[in-house]
Amino acid sequence: MGSVCQLLLLIMLTGVLPLSVIADEPIFPRARGERCVEPVGIMRRAHFEFLNHHGQQTVERGIRTGRHSLAGCIGCHAARDQNADWIPVSAPGQFCESCHSYAAVRIDCFSCHRAVPEADRVMGN
Amino acid sequence: MAAGDTSTLPRREFLGRASALAGLVVSFAPGMRLIDLAAAKPDGEAASAEVRWGMLVDATRCVSGCDACVKACATEHGLEMTDRPEIDAQWIRKVDLIDENTGREISLPVMCQHCEDAPCVAVCPTGASFRREDGIVLVNKHTCIGCRYCMMACPYKARSFIHINLVGQRTHSPRGKGTVESCTFCVHRVDRDREPACVEACTAAGHQALLFGDLSDNEGELAHRLSEVQTQQLRSDLGTNPGVHYHGL
Repeated sequence: MGSVCQLLLLIMLTGVLPLSVIADEPIFPRARGERCVEPVGIMRRAHFEFLNHHGQQTVERGIRTGRHSLAGCIGCHAARDQNADWIPVSAPGQFCESCHSYAAVRIDCFSCHRAVPEADRVMGN
Repeated sequence: MAAGDTSTLPRREFLGRASALAGLVVSFAPGMRLIDLAAAKPDGEAASAEVRWGMLVDATRCVSGCDACVKACATEHGLEMTDRPEIDAQWIRKVDLIDENTGREISLPVMCQHCEDAPCVAVCPTGASFRREDGIVLVNKHTCIGCRYCMMACPYKARSFIHINLVGQRTHSPRGKGTVESCTFCVHRVDRDREPACVEACTAAGHQALLFGDLSDNEGELAHRLSEVQTQQLRSDLGTNPGVHYHGL
């Protein structure tokens, strides 16, 4: 009962229905690492700013800290299939694609970047 | 953090500091030179203009028919050959030359010459073709629009264009359709104090025709060798001042 009241209050205050009420949220495989490099809420909103910043710093200036690297994301978030082969994070239902397809945003990263971890490397450049 | 407290340092940072410390110690030992240690760059530090990476290609040691450098480059960067050789990426190639007057034959590798005044950088309309502070000439594929102006400008024909969709790229060497690419001096290795793959392969093959190092480091082996042997840069008449020098042409 309390949660229904909260929901009604939220709708009254914001004028919109929370997304979880409208449709199912994306579901993707669980990450392997203990915790993300940033709080989840921040990552959901700003991950591309981190990736873009890191990418530019690495390409242009050779700064290779790895903290916000795409290879780092893939190292934790890529899943394996039943044959223990890596599934690309850009495949349907996987980490990147599940949200991006939900939000109708096309990802361009993986036309160049490797979408699965490279053998025995978790953190990369 | 106290200098001696390494318990909370990430491993890589610790190793970086440890090697810097080792460099300090070694420099006091008589008869020893700091060659590679001086070039070590911590991961969080930007490429420095105090360094200029370069290479000496010794054509008198390069063996005709050997393509160890080319193969190593292809493996390192995931360059897969297709059944259409005209569109295959060519970051480094072997060239055999014969002097028709004398019959003298030489063999040498040609790759991006990492020019100081690089024509590819000058003509790029988006700034994607650029020269790093430490002299390595690269393509920022985030901003490359694939116009191929740089390919036309390069006097060494060092650049390739990717015509087809690719899969299976290496993590450290992103590459994809619609962008231009060329030798990076294995920048991902250099930033972590390793030699380019071609140099390593040439040494492993027993030829030692390639020497990589810092042209600005007068104490270094590269500058030392360059001061001793007669060398030349390819098309030096163009004034591009390449970072790659050749001996025995």
